[in-house]
Amino acid sequence: MEVNEQIAIDHGLKKDEYKKICDLLKRVPNLTELGIFSAMWNEHCSYKSSRLHLKKLPTSGKKVIQGPGENAGVIDIEDGDAIVFKIESHNHPSFIEPYQGAATGVGGIMRDVFTMGARPIANLNSIHFGSSQHKKTKNLLRGVVHGIGGYGNCMGVPTIAGQTSFDSSYNGNILVNAMTLGLVKKNKIFYSKAAGLNKPVIYVGSKTGRDGIHGASMASASFDEKIEEKKPTVQVGDPFTEKLLLEACLELMAGDSIIAIQDMGAAGLTSSSIEMASKGNLGIELNLNKVPCRESKMTPYEIMLSESQERMLIVLENGKENIAKKIFDKWDLDFAIIGKTTNTRNIELYYDEKQVACIPINTLVENSPMYDRKWKKTKLPKKNLIKKEEFKKFKIKEVLNKILSNPNVCSKEWIWQQYDHTVMGDTIQKPGGDSGVVRVHGTDKAVAATVDSSAIYCWAHPLTGGKQVVCESWRNLISVGATPIAITNCLNFGSPEKEENMGEFVECVQGIGEACEYLKFPVVSGNVSFYNQTKEIGIKPTPSIGGVGLIKDYQQMITMDFKEINNLVLIIGKTEGHIDQSLFARNILNEKNGPPPEINLFNEKNNGETVLQLIKSNLVRSAHDVSIGGIITAVSKMCIKGNIGIEFDKPKYFMSEIEYLFSEDQGRYVIEIEPKNLKKVESILNKNSVHFDKFGKITDKNMIINGKTKVTIDELKAYNTNWLSNYMN
Amino acid sequence: MKSAVITFPGSNCDRDMHVALNKFGFKNQMVWHNDNELPKSDLVVLPGGFSYGDYLRCGSMASKSKIMQSVIKFAKSGGLVMGICNGFQILVESGLVPGVLLRNKYLEFICKNVFVKIDNKDNPYFKNLDKEVFEFHIAHNEGNYFCTNDQLKEIEDNNQVAIYYCNDNGKTEEKFNPNGSLKNIAGIFNKKKNVLGMMPHPERMIDKSLSGEDGSLFFKNLINNIK
Repeated sequence: MEVNEQIAIDHGLKKDEYKKICDLLKRVPNLTELGIFSAMWNEHCSYKSSRLHLKKLPTSGKKVIQGPGENAGVIDIEDGDAIVFKIESHNHPSFIEPYQGAATGVGGIMRDVFTMGARPIANLNSIHFGSSQHKKTKNLLRGVVHGIGGYGNCMGVPTIAGQTSFDSSYNGNILVNAMTLGLVKKNKIFYSKAAGLNKPVIYVGSKTGRDGIHGASMASASFDEKIEEKKPTVQVGDPFTEKLLLEACLELMAGDSIIAIQDMGAAGLTSSSIEMASKGNLGIELNLNKVPCRESKMTPYEIMLSESQERMLIVLENGKENIAKKIFDKWDLDFAIIGKTTNTRNIELYYDEKQVACIPINTLVENSPMYDRKWKKTKLPKKNLIKKEEFKKFKIKEVLNKILSNPNVCSKEWIWQQYDHTVMGDTIQKPGGDSGVVRVHGTDKAVAATVDSSAIYCWAHPLTGGKQVVCESWRNLISVGATPIAITNCLNFGSPEKEENMGEFVECVQGIGEACEYLKFPVVSGNVSFYNQTKEIGIKPTPSIGGVGLIKDYQQMITMDFKEINNLVLIIGKTEGHIDQSLFARNILNEKNGPPPEINLFNEKNNGETVLQLIKSNLVRSAHDVSIGGIITAVSKMCIKGNIGIEFDKPKYFMSEIEYLFSEDQGRYVIEIEPKNLKKVESILNKNSVHFDKFGKITDKNMIINGKTKVTIDELKAYNTNWLSNYMN
Repeated sequence: MKSAVITFPGSNCDRDMHVALNKFGFKNQMVWHNDNELPKSDLVVLPGGFSYGDYLRCGSMASKSKIMQSVIKFAKSGGLVMGICNGFQILVESGLVPGVLLRNKYLEFICKNVFVKIDNKDNPYFKNLDKEVFEFHIAHNEGNYFCTNDQLKEIEDNNQVAIYYCNDNGKTEEKFNPNGSLKNIAGIFNKKKNVLGMMPHPERMIDKSLSGEDGSLFFKNLINNIK
């Protein structure tokens, strides 16, 4: 078939991009070559709309071993140990086919991590669905949860934390972001940079099939009414094969046979071979007849663009082929020598002894398009003027019931009970806490991880929202006693071709960058998912932040459940009564406008570091950050988990009870301390100029507010625990 | 005391079991499914996981693997063989214990702590345990025990039910049954009570920082019984 402009457009390329390809090649590409260009130049692989802005993120630091640009980021956790981690989106496939979409998202991110030599030790996920009233939501939620569990459980990697939200902006585009942490010795990290000429290029893992062809291109476009037709572009996962691949790769990695290794993720064999050669400034030659295929008569075009899962490409040292083959035979996996590295700096493909493609690698990578898209700044919305009398008409208990049973606040136990969260025997903080925590096997150390997003705040004011998500991640790590180290980000947005959406992206990234810079909390990996949009309706901007921190002595880990009667409860951080964009404003007052709570990075850092100091001095019995739903929501969850009550009074502030209890000011924590330590705690807080309120005292089994409103623990549990399981069953 | 844990392709609780056995004094050896012979052992464990992906009936492929010939021989000669979770499914598929394990009643994977009742103590596994109600951890999709009425009669006549799901007071009512198992059965012995299959994972409860410590009681008692 002769390639022409229309065929290029059908491949998702723009007219001028097609012209650029012809200019670079000084000829018209053949169909296989066009397919390769379309795979490398789509938004998902080339970051053409985002690259300019991502460059501004802080990506280095004392603990950073590897920042963005590899399969995953790597941080130092001392004693020669390192953590490899990354988050990635699998949004488009999960909307089309929720089980397989979510499953292969989990499989893909684990592969990114073990490609670097790390054994995966924890999975997390951030999943976002349309309104609970929307007809598709229930099935999508069930499918996604089954898919995540189906893959992660079979791999034997615990799923230790996550986040689930519902918002009508996801009605036509759900989000599925999967994150994995792996553990590796610092001196045994593997990279994707090929080196040396005439080195054998090895294909291992599953056979190549026709599934997932053009998956990355599909993920780089908006949806329309024909989405059902796109089902064949969704990959099908096989976690069993991936488990074998994991064990086989780690076994091979224990030796010294591997020069470079890269998993075949988005754009399959195309991007993996090109990336390895490009990073090593080399060429690569592949004989496609040698590629193990699942189906007969697959064309070079299909072989290069298939996104079949559970495959890896390895550049080996010469003479190590037999050692490697023996290991993959043991694990019953395909092993094939499919090519070699060359000095041509071209990718050359052969099929039936004929050359079927020859493209200079720099045209695919360095010369890929980069756009400085137009974007629109979002003004800070005006504050709503709510009359003080307005608040008086609400009964706290009724409001609390509504807030605790809100789909975005209620217990997600129905979800995480379907994930194996205890396999590997090191999970010391299960899902449902501020962060999941796993021990570093056989040591006193533990690693904490959390995944967060605040689409409402980002939508109201992207700059503030971007900062807020990073701060929330930081707080969630501190609340379990971990020292925050670094983040990975998954940036989910609408179409970059629309100025509003592009503006949301640019300003969220700016906010993320500012907060990361200030908190010394660098970005080490991540991905961008644009075109989360059906026809003209895009999602609320949803950057998901995956934060990782270290607990040096796992015995010092903190959980959020209230521990002991008569202990004192303090609120760390100042409450200003910011109601706009709070759960209370949006769901009780039905007021959707106004600015999100302001972020004061100085307070954020100071409050966080001080809480961490208190924890490390063994002065804190339980801790929880204050996030959506305000102080009373945080305290309620601590009561529920501890199965114990609290008595508290609103401090004498110039604001109503409602404002004090439900406002969503940032930089706040609830901590429980023993009465005998009050003086010590006060002196540390005062010394660091941290504002705090003496809030209440832990009691037997009721929540008593200002001596008059009584809520029993059973009532709190009923409000919080039933919504999701009732909804699903 | 020597133990052996079999690794099948897709096993994923093999390391956890290895750690637990060593912690409580066993000298454990990992054995590959494709080996012919078992090393000399006082206890053989089939660990949890997804052997062969559980793409056929859970445990059915593994039950036909090479090493299982030796395991079956070992069991028939009176050797102690314990199957946890997927290991229980493999035992059922190899016919070493009666019954089958169906998909959980609510068609969902369940990972949580449950209470179990162990009152059948005339056997090497539970002899000398000084309490009846334990908090164990389950994590499975196919743990819904089922057998025919005739089998059930035989099982009960021979006192082969090893473990029941219950509440914290030891009540074995249907509402404390997490997966729909017949009679709340969580574990079963063979007739001679040298083979034990159970869904709960004692190896995940061996440390106060984990889900609990009742697994420690089980392993400590087990090694003392074998000594």
